[in-house]
Amino acid sequence: MSKTYVHAPGFVAGDRPKIVTSRFEFADSFTLERYLATDGYKGLRAALSRPANEIHEDVKSATVLGRGGAGFPAGTKWGLTPQQVWPRYLVVNGDESEPGTYKDRLLMERDPHQLIEGCLIACYAAGLSQCFLYIRGEMALAQERVATALNEAYAAGYVGKNILGSKFSVDIILHWGAGAYVVGEETALIESLEGNRGMPRLKPPFFPAANGLYGQPTIVNNVETLANLPWLLTHGVAAYTAIGTKTSPGTRMVAVSGHVKRPGVYEIINGTTTFRDLLYGEEFCGGIRNGNALKAFVPGGGSAPWFTPDQLDLPFEASQVGPAGSMLGSGAVMVMDETTDIPAAALTLTHFYAHESCGKCTPCREGGTWLERILRRVVNGEGTDADLQQLLEVGAMICPGAFPHAANEKLGLSAVPFPYKMTTICFVGPSAYAPVHSALTLFRSEFEARVKKRVTIPVTVVANETANVGASA
Amino acid sequence: MSRLNDANIKLAREIIARYPRPKSALIPLLHLSQEQNGYITREAMQHLGELVGVTSAEVYGTASFYEMFKFEPVGKYLINICGTMSCALMGAHELMHHAEKKLGIKAGGTTPDGVFTLAHAECQAACTEAPTLQVNYRYRLRVTPDDLDRLIDNLRDGKLNDEFPPHGVLSKVRQSIDASRAVGAKAPEDVNEAPAWLDGKAAL
Ligand SMILES: Cc1cc2nc3c(=O)[nH]c(=O)nc-3n(C[C@H](O)[C@H](O)[C@H](O)COP(=O)(O)O)c2cc1C
Ligand code: SF4
Ligand code: FES
Repeated sequence: MSKTYVHAPGFVAGDRPKIVTSRFEFADSFTLERYLATDGYKGLRAALSRPANEIHEDVKSATVLGRGGAGFPAGTKWGLTPQQVWPRYLVVNGDESEPGTYKDRLLMERDPHQLIEGCLIACYAAGLSQCFLYIRGEMALAQERVATALNEAYAAGYVGKNILGSKFSVDIILHWGAGAYVVGEETALIESLEGNRGMPRLKPPFFPAANGLYGQPTIVNNVETLANLPWLLTHGVAAYTAIGTKTSPGTRMVAVSGHVKRPGVYEIINGTTTFRDLLYGEEFCGGIRNGNALKAFVPGGGSAPWFTPDQLDLPFEASQVGPAGSMLGSGAVMVMDETTDIPAAALTLTHFYAHESCGKCTPCREGGTWLERILRRVVNGEGTDADLQQLLEVGAMICPGAFPHAANEKLGLSAVPFPYKMTTICFVGPSAYAPVHSALTLFRSEFEARVKKRVTIPVTVVANETANVGASA
Repeated sequence: MSRLNDANIKLAREIIARYPRPKSALIPLLHLSQEQNGYITREAMQHLGELVGVTSAEVYGTASFYEMFKFEPVGKYLINICGTMSCALMGAHELMHHAEKKLGIKAGGTTPDGVFTLAHAECQAACTEAPTLQVNYRYRLRVTPDDLDRLIDNLRDGKLNDEFPPHGVLSKVRQSIDASRAVGAKAPEDVNEAPAWLDGKAAL
C-alpha cells in the first residue's frame, strides 16, 4: 500500500521525530502485515536476544516516564517489586477518561501491535508472568482492534507459549471496563480487574508494585508508556535519550482541544516544546480560533490547575511546570479563548469529578457535591458573595493549606507550587476543587459579576444541562 | 430467558479460564449478558454468580458501580452526547438541545418506539474532535445539528446497521486463544518460582 496520509481523527501530521505515532499515516496501520513491514516486533526480538535484567537496565537508563499522569519512570517502578515473590503481573491501563485526554485510544485503535509488543517487552524485562490489558468500556473500536491484533499475534507466535520459539511465555488477556472514571486510578483498576466495584485502595499498604492484583506484585503502566518500548529496543537507549531533555527524554502525545485553530493530537518533543509552540506554532495548532485572545488553558487534563498567557513559555517539563503551580498530567491541553464563560467552564469539570466520586471518602463524596451545587448556583446567577467564600472553605476541607496556582502579573500573584495536601484517598476529590480554585483565583471578577447580577438580570442557564445525569448515572 | 444461552455459557467458561481467579471475569460476563439480553436482569445476575462462584448480591454490587450496565431496557440505539469541558466549549449544550427537540424526549429518556435513548455523557476521549457523541459506544465527531439529524434519520431507517450494532454489543471481535498457544492461568498460590526466562541468559 502506498504511503498516503490518512487523517486519523485527532491526529495531525508533521515532520517531527515520531516514536509512538510513526505508523499513523498508513490506512492499515493496525494490521499485522503493516506492522511487520515497518519494524514490527523487532524490538521484541532485540529484547529476547539479551538477558531480561539488561532490558530492565535499558528502560531505566532511558528514563521512560509514565504517561498516565504521575510521570514516574517506568524502569524505576519495575524495580520496586519485592524480591522473589511470584507471580508478578502486568496490568495495562487503557482506561483513558481524564477530561481532555485523547491519546491512548488512538494508540490502541491505530497501532495495537505496538502496544502488544510493548507489553511483551515489559513482561520479559520485569519477570511478569501474565498481562491484563484493560481497555475502557466505552471504546468499542479499540477493543475490536486490540482483540484482532491479539488473535493475529497469538497465531503468529508473538504472544503465548514459547514466544518466537524461546523460553519466554506470557499470555496477554484482553479485559474491558464498563464506565467509571475512577477505575483509571491504578488500585481501583486492580479492584475492577478482580471483579469488584472500582474503588481505590489505601496506599500504603496497597502500592501495586508490592501488593496489587490478588495481593501479588503488580506493575500498572499506561498504554503510551508501554508503546514507547518497541522503538526504544529497536533503536537503543542513545537514540531515545537524544530526543528531548535529560529529565524528560523522548516524545509525548498531547491532545489540544478547545478554542484553537487546529485542535489535534500531536506527538511533541518532551522537555523542550513549550505551550506557546504548541498553541501558536504553525506545525501544531496555529493559534487561537478567529484570531481571538487566549484567556486560559488547562495544561495537563481536567485535574490540573489552570494557566493563563503568562505561562505560555513553559516547556513540557515537570520540573518547571510543578513549581509554576500545575502539572503535565496526562498530556491534555484545553484551551479557552476570550469568549469563554469561565465559571461555567469550571462547572463542567467540577461536575465531572463530583459525578465520578466513588463515595469512599467523605470530603470527596460530600465536598465534591457541595462544590458543584454552590458553583451551579453562582453560574445560574443565584449565588451570593458568601458562596464564593464557601467554595474556598469546602475546598480547604478536601485540600488543607495553600492550593497550587499559577503566578499572574496583572493580579500580582506569585505561584504556589504543585502538589497539594489532601484528605482523600485518591485525586478525584482534589480534582473537583482544582478548577474552582483556579477559576476563582485567576478570574474572581467574573464570579463577582455573576453574584451581583442575580437580583436584576435572569442569567441564561449555560451549564445547567450537565446537571441532568440521571440517565448515565 | 435471561440466563446465558448455551453458546454464551461456552464462551463464558473460556473467559473465566483466562483469569487466575474466576471473579475477575465478572465484568466481561456482565457485558456478554447485556449483549444477549440488551440489559442486565436479576436472573442473569443469579446465573453469572453461579458461574464465577459468588452470590447474586455480589454480582449486583459490582454491576451497579458501572454506568454501562443497565438494569432496565434501553433503546436499540443509546446516544451519549459528551458534555465535559472540551465539548462544552465547542457547543455540546446546543447539540443536546437539538437532539432533545429532534427526538422529542429529554436527556435520560427513551423514545416511545424504543429505538432511541438519549443521555448525557462525560469525556469520551475524543476531545480534539468536539463536540462528540457515541451511538452504542461508537463515535461521531465534530457533530453539527445537521449531522445529528441525518444520523438519527439514517439509524431509524436501518441504513447504519453495519456500523452500529444494537445496544449491548461492544466489540464485534472476541479474543480467542488457541489451546496450543495458551500459557494458561494459574491461581497465584500455585506459582512459587521465578519465570523460566529470568535465568540470567538471553531467551533467544
Ligand atoms: C482518578 C485517577 C484516574 C486515573 N486515570 C488514569 C487513566 O485513565 N489512564 C492511566 O493510564 N492512568 C490513570 N491514572 C494514573 C494511574 O493511577 C497510574 O498512575 C498510571 O496508570 C501508571 O502508569 P504510568 O506509570 O505508565 O503512567 C489515574 C489516576 C487517578 C488518581
Ligand atoms: S477521593 Fe473520591 S473517588 Fe477517590 S477514593 Fe475518595 S471518594 Fe473515591
Ligand atoms: S470532553 Fe468531550 S470527548 Fe473529551
